[in-house]
Amino acid sequence: MKGSTIASLQKGERAIIKSFEGIDVPLKLIEMGCIEGNYVEVLQRAPLKDPIYLNISGTYLAIRIEVASKIMVERL
Amino acid sequence: MSDIKVALIGNPNTGKTSLFNRLTGLNQKVGNYPGITVDKKVGHSKLNKAISAEIIDLPGTYSLNASSLDEDVAVQVLSDKTNENYPDVVVVVVDIENLKRNLYLYTQVKDLGIPTILAVNMADQMKNRGIDIDMQSMESLLETKIALVSSKQNKGISFLKKLIVDYKSLSTVPCFIDEPSVLSKIVNTEKKKHHLETVRRYQFIKSVLEKTYSQDPQNAKDLRSLLDRVLIHKYFGYLIFFTILFSIFQALFSWSAFPMDYIDSTFAGFSEMARAHLPEGVFTNLLAEGIIPGIGGVVIFIPQIAFLFLFTSVLEESGYMSRVVFLMDKIMRKFGLSGKSIVPLISGTACAIPAIMAARNIENWKERLITILVTPFTTCSARLPVYAIIISLIVPAEARFMSFNVQGLMLMALYLLGFGVAILSAMLLDKFLKLETKSYFVIEMPNYKLPLFKNVAYTVIEKTKAFVFEAGKIILAISILLWVLASYGPGKDFSHAKEIVTQNYPDLNEEELNAEIASYKLENSYIGIMGKTIEPVIRPLGYDWKIGVAVITSFAAREVFVGTLATIYSVGSEEESTIKDRMRNEVFQDSKKPVYSFATGVSILLFYAFAMQCMSTIAIVKRETNGWKWPLIQMFVMSGFAYLTALIAYQILK
Ligand SMILES: Nc1nc2c(ncn2[C@@H]2O[C@H](COP(=O)(O)OP(=O)(O)O)[C@@H](O)[C@H]2O)c(=O)[nH]1
Ligand SMILES: [Mg+2]
Repeated sequence: MKGSTIASLQKGERAIIKSFEGIDVPLKLIEMGCIEGNYVEVLQRAPLKDPIYLNISGTYLAIRIEVASKIMVERL
Repeated sequence: MSDIKVALIGNPNTGKTSLFNRLTGLNQKVGNYPGITVDKKVGHSKLNKAISAEIIDLPGTYSLNASSLDEDVAVQVLSDKTNENYPDVVVVVVDIENLKRNLYLYTQVKDLGIPTILAVNMADQMKNRGIDIDMQSMESLLETKIALVSSKQNKGISFLKKLIVDYKSLSTVPCFIDEPSVLSKIVNTEKKKHHLETVRRYQFIKSVLEKTYSQDPQNAKDLRSLLDRVLIHKYFGYLIFFTILFSIFQALFSWSAFPMDYIDSTFAGFSEMARAHLPEGVFTNLLAEGIIPGIGGVVIFIPQIAFLFLFTSVLEESGYMSRVVFLMDKIMRKFGLSGKSIVPLISGTACAIPAIMAARNIENWKERLITILVTPFTTCSARLPVYAIIISLIVPAEARFMSFNVQGLMLMALYLLGFGVAILSAMLLDKFLKLETKSYFVIEMPNYKLPLFKNVAYTVIEKTKAFVFEAGKIILAISILLWVLASYGPGKDFSHAKEIVTQNYPDLNEEELNAEIASYKLENSYIGIMGKTIEPVIRPLGYDWKIGVAVITSFAAREVFVGTLATIYSVGSEEESTIKDRMRNEVFQDSKKPVYSFATGVSILLFYAFAMQCMSTIAIVKRETNGWKWPLIQMFVMSGFAYLTALIAYQILK
């Protein structure tokens, strides 16, 4: 079974970032703290389901599903 | 002793600009870095009686691995000792609530070996967020001196100044030392390496914060979640956004109407005064007919531009703009744009130049290119004076529709039209542009903040000033040139105007005769000849040759329109009257019908809504797209479309 990604988390769910699928995750995101071992919480999805508003280890940001579905996580 | 050179650097939204304003007061100026148009803000600050500092506010950046033009500036300044802005000391500004992320940049700056001070801003939030910091151990772990400051409450600033004065005693060793890991041998790509380094820097920061920083989680995110619940709600979010936009535009028109009328009549008064008190002659004419109306044409912008900058800066500073980006992203993507295109499209209502620069935040090249190409359709403030004067000529001021001011509604309709055409052309471009790009999109959702009055005031003053002086130079130059072209002419039609007219109309009284001479002269002046030459092309749009001249000069910048007409109509006329009155009295020479009829008015409005008439925009598009291809396509397509719509509108309405 394929593991969960940020895109598959429900609103309010928390998870730990595990790995990145492919190298398509932008550097900027990594530099903002989206790295292995940090926690991520889905705060809200935009009204049309995309983008997703996240709290990554204290940094608040929004990314599109396209990228979110490349970030593997483990639910807490 | 020469000034200490200080560079301020920090993540966006850490309060860098607020701190800069605190340190320098109004003693600052905005310039450009050589070759690129990233704002460079430099100011001076007195540190103590003997020593002062030159402070430079670098563009906000998340890291020193430049991924955008703005960030590149910061890297260049800090990494090149021969750079004219290379600082003696760097102040890294961080937000006390965001230390984990903000310190990442700090550890990178520290690697450069420049004396570095850490300014922990927003200290006023410590109490109600339950934050506690062990300053001493943090200073030693980070190899620096720390100033706890609150730009909001003006606290800790003098301590920061003291640290700057003593910059020579600061450590210049890095605080984070990467272990030469075995891993770095097995990872091959630059990006992987970078990724690993990032992870280790964060581990370092985490270990520092664990030892020195604590926050009571209870107090963490109350205001954010409360406001987010409403502001990005699936219905209320949009409702609020559109209500805000609507109110801004209504306010804009009704609030600036009074000062604009006042400025208009004041400048008419000045011209009159100059004529009354100065000796008759060429210089007085130039002043009263060229320079004063020219300057008036610039000054009249100030109220509307200032209001626009006021609104956009409040929306940005409060953190609300990011929520709008979040709300709109998916919708905008349907049109080939990004949620981040909202910022350029809204700023475009002030001026396309900063707006096109704001498109730099868009990660995806195709979305960015489309944004750049369609932004000039949004109604910039240079169009406002044209719209304002034409609307006031074709719609009576007291007209009401469902108790709304019709003039205001008409203006609003023009804004929507610009917006709509921008969106539609984006959709077309999205279909026909073949560019393969990945859709990266990351936006920070900052904490909500009450904008500091001082920040907003500085932004409004600075930007308005820059705009007025930039536009002012062009307008003034063109007004003078125009006056010369209108006051002289080739051949004897111009030089013998008096005799010719007197001969042709022997039974006019003196006043009528003078008016007739003046208009005959104008027609045979250089400008008149130019206007007459293009008259066949513009007559189908409902314009006479005088409007034709204004259209020609407007290709330098749209705002020149009113100034041009002001100059043309005032050449040779003695009595004081406002430009609006003069326009109202204009008639076509052949048919004697009023020039500014409803049909012609609408045709002018449409032409100015769509035509690409701004040299500065063309220049900036060339710079941002690296070549002439896009700006030229943009200019011909927009102007062709403008001509066509104006033609159709006039032919239907006349
Ligand atoms: N509470 C608080 N807010 C601040 C302080 N300094 C700045 N702000 C607010 O933080 C926001 C971002 O400030 P700004 O100076 O524009 O940040 P920049 O993006 O780093 O230049 C604005 O809304 C400011 O009003 C401070 O010391 N305390
Ligand atoms: Mg700033």
